[in-house]
Amino acid sequence: MEWETVIGLEIHAQLATRSKIFSGSATAYGAEPNTQANLVDLGYPGVLPVLNGEAVRMAVRFGLAIGARIAPHSVFARKNYFYPDLPKGYQISQYELPIVAEGALDIVLDDGTRKRIGITRAHLEEDAGKSLHEGLPGQSGIDLNRAGTPLIEIVSEPDLRSAKEAIAYMKKVHTLVRYLEICDGNMQEGSFRCDANVSVRRRGAEKFGTRAEIKNLNSFRFVEKAINHEVERQIEILESGGKVVQETRLYDPDKGETRSMRSKEEANDYRYFPDPDLLPVVLDDLFIAGIKATLPELPDEKAARFVSDYGLSEYDAGVLTASRELGAFYEDVVRRVGGEPKLCANWVMGDFAAFLNKDNLEITESRVDAAALAGLVARIVDSTISGKIAKDVFEAMWSSGEGADAIIEQKGLRQITDTGAIEKAIEEVMAKNPGQLADYRSGKDKLFGFFVGQVMKATGGKANPAQLNELLKKKLAG
Amino acid sequence: MSAPAATVAALAKGLAAGEYSSVELTRAYLERIAAAQPALNAFVTITGESALAAAAAADAARAKGQVGRLAGVPIAHKDIFCTEGVLTTCGSKMLANFVSPYDATVVAGLRDAGTVMLGKLNMDEFAMGSSNETSFFGPVHNPWDTKMVPGGSSGGSAAAVAARIVPAATATDTGGSIRQPAALCGVTGIKPTYGRCSRYGMIAFASSLDQAGLITVSAEDAALLLGPMSGFDPRDSTSVERAVPDYTATLADSLEGLTIGLVKEFFDKGLDASNEQRIRDAIAVFEKLGARVREVSCPNLPLSVPTYYVVAPAECSSNLARFDGVRFGHRCESPKNLLDLYCRSRGEGFGAEVKRRIMTGTYVLSAGYYDAYYLKAQRVRQLISADFARAFDSCDLLFGPTSPTPAFPIGAKFDDPITMYLNDIYTIGANLAGLPGMSIPCGFVDGLPVGLQIVGPHFSESRMLNAAHRYQQETDWHLRVPAAFA
Amino acid sequence: MSLSRADIENIARLARLELTEAEIPVYVDSLSKIFAFVGELDRAPTGDIAPMAHPLPGLAQRLRADEVSEANRRDTYQKNAPQVEAGLYLVPKVIE
Repeated sequence: MEWETVIGLEIHAQLATRSKIFSGSATAYGAEPNTQANLVDLGYPGVLPVLNGEAVRMAVRFGLAIGARIAPHSVFARKNYFYPDLPKGYQISQYELPIVAEGALDIVLDDGTRKRIGITRAHLEEDAGKSLHEGLPGQSGIDLNRAGTPLIEIVSEPDLRSAKEAIAYMKKVHTLVRYLEICDGNMQEGSFRCDANVSVRRRGAEKFGTRAEIKNLNSFRFVEKAINHEVERQIEILESGGKVVQETRLYDPDKGETRSMRSKEEANDYRYFPDPDLLPVVLDDLFIAGIKATLPELPDEKAARFVSDYGLSEYDAGVLTASRELGAFYEDVVRRVGGEPKLCANWVMGDFAAFLNKDNLEITESRVDAAALAGLVARIVDSTISGKIAKDVFEAMWSSGEGADAIIEQKGLRQITDTGAIEKAIEEVMAKNPGQLADYRSGKDKLFGFFVGQVMKATGGKANPAQLNELLKKKLAG
Repeated sequence: MSAPAATVAALAKGLAAGEYSSVELTRAYLERIAAAQPALNAFVTITGESALAAAAAADAARAKGQVGRLAGVPIAHKDIFCTEGVLTTCGSKMLANFVSPYDATVVAGLRDAGTVMLGKLNMDEFAMGSSNETSFFGPVHNPWDTKMVPGGSSGGSAAAVAARIVPAATATDTGGSIRQPAALCGVTGIKPTYGRCSRYGMIAFASSLDQAGLITVSAEDAALLLGPMSGFDPRDSTSVERAVPDYTATLADSLEGLTIGLVKEFFDKGLDASNEQRIRDAIAVFEKLGARVREVSCPNLPLSVPTYYVVAPAECSSNLARFDGVRFGHRCESPKNLLDLYCRSRGEGFGAEVKRRIMTGTYVLSAGYYDAYYLKAQRVRQLISADFARAFDSCDLLFGPTSPTPAFPIGAKFDDPITMYLNDIYTIGANLAGLPGMSIPCGFVDGLPVGLQIVGPHFSESRMLNAAHRYQQETDWHLRVPAAFA
Repeated sequence: MSLSRADIENIARLARLELTEAEIPVYVDSLSKIFAFVGELDRAPTGDIAPMAHPLPGLAQRLRADEVSEANRRDTYQKNAPQVEAGLYLVPKVIE
């Protein structure tokens, strides 16, 4: 029996505001427990929420970037449930009238085709605190520093058909929120995480199967594993004649499986109603236009431009626009070199990316900046060094922090372009290898490569390859 | 100084003239409070020491020169207002040990104006009640007859002012909690327009209905105190950015040409006939002062009580979810698990009426009932609000009774919630529509006070106070003091 | 309308209120009466009237500047807490 997977993601992105969505407490990560929880965050008697305008602006930025409808009138609602990390006994969220509705993002599938993923809505809400269980036998400790951190919850349509598509979509959103500078995207710290609604149905069936919601997935790898595990679990149930239960499940990364979260099931009558402590958020066209004017070039626009302006492949353009910083770095290198966009792209995506990766550095922390990399590429372009030598120079630049020119000089890596010097080296090699010379001259053409290698060895790899080729051919011919 | 006769206006003059110091005045009121406490139970907390310190500071400031006109005037706060460093119980076991780490904006405003806080006044638990019988700290007694209820929820505020053990008190009104006890205790009560006073630091019952206000001897006193407790507060998104007028400036304005609407629905079959007569008598005084009277109808007003008993419990069920025994408030002994911690802490910490309203509200918001109850009630609320708006097309102020009957005996209605809820039948409409309302003393029935209710358009506090003041210039009902406290 | 004992028990669980045996029939009775009473609303001609969530019409939410205005006052705030340890509020173990 063939099964089709249906996935919808609810991505929670913490907004990069300085203060909380409804209070003046700091949102910085990693503070001592409860030192960033004020009266409002603690849900003290008598206190009231006041909305952070920056959180609203950030949500609008996101909405505009996905081509969504920005609600001229949106409403905060209370989602009521009891949980120790939820101090008021309700979460302030948006329900019937979210600030952003009906947008979409395109993802690229393995075969290169594009697929449009619908985004039902994105709404503003407050994050909850954290329950800690370590070292407290029989008890949990509640830290409310995170409580009240602004979030947008981005709800996709059930348009995703595999874990791979889900990851591609999630990465796309991850790229976008960082482009927009509305979320730092730090998944380890929980700034960007998602819940996955997963169901399966027989291929060709119209109705969706019963879905399970997998909570709190905070890495791309976990999302993929959790979905794949959940799909297998559901198929197994259905094939053995069982029924999937609609429920909330938690992914256990240690065991690589999902399990039912009964505690969340117990009271899922959230009794939403408009929060009477907050008025409707009214956004006029001027406000929205003002935000639109500050939007950066978006990843898809930038990638399209890289293809048309620089002649890059779609794949390369996609890689180079995966973050705003990388795209800017690449363009900086191209501008400084004064052309050669493909060569620049190869270097940025090749050795440069590999070294960053090896040392686990962000692009902003790189030991080689755009000017330095451009300096190196320029020496390839002007034939001072070969591409092969350049790799050694780059490595030296990375470890010493010095410029390409200094390293080329110090190590004497300048390419030999003097015809006389190359001819001299050729003659010496010919003299040392009379047997091979005779064989070549008697028709063993393949030995040409042997002579190239020997001359390169003799010149320390610095002979200009094109010149060497030409001169060697002449000399060998006699 | 003779406390029974003292109004805020008179005391402010006496202090300014140096007839007595704030310390002397404060000490005198503290003595009266102590003497009356066994009979009235109006206070939950008496803050004698800090009151005398504040009074001494006010005297020192006065000696140095410039002080505001309320400097050194003692008042007391309903125990629903958070007061820094002072027990703030909201009349509940849940908060019996709760010391607020901050001041409500209203409390801060009145303190900055120089008033001296004498203590915290008893109230129905979480302001849910119309008789002050739901307080964890025991019922408040009506100074006119201590077997009778003072009304509620601001029963402590009304009884204290009526007995002249405080010159004035803050109070709150969600469905009549200022006006009804003011009427039953024979004092002046004002609930301003929704959004006029900040709700920050006022423990929430029903957020879209709650409003801070005052219980005073006279409309003039209310006008003096209302300014410092009003105005926009950046910490309350529902407070309104609108200038606060000097409410005393227009008190003496003529009532010539004022159009008073008598709301037909206020004079229904539930209205006690003797009560009605006192209201009619009062209206005649206004006519003598130059007002014109006409009858108006608000046909949906009779639905205000059922509307309220959906909306208010819905909001309360959510507002009171924060009382979970984790960060503050009552926590049960040795909870077995998390659910037990919640259920027992809340089951023990809340009284019967609060639990009733939480359950009512939980039900009306729950899946399958939301549309039929909550949304329906909010639609009816719109109709009621529109009725008022239409009435104000042809009238400046609406008049009627504050409550159907004078004070009733303690215990008489306690076990019958519907009968109790119907006490607020004339007051709830103003809360649903966010309108300002007042109750002023207008006579007695069998020795118990009767209140006249005045309801105005949004932000018409000046006009209401002006009308009430002119009436109080013609009558002395507001100056009557119960014999036991004279 | 009339509520059953099971209704009351469900509502009480949703609201996290423990009720005593004696309380349950009292609430069955009084909530039934309350819902019969508020049932009057059914008769109101509301048609397509919009629900009124806020008493003052036409007001919009103000937006606060994104500024950190709060200092750490954990010790003061935790004075009211029934049980704290190492700055954490303690509760019986949360089982997910």
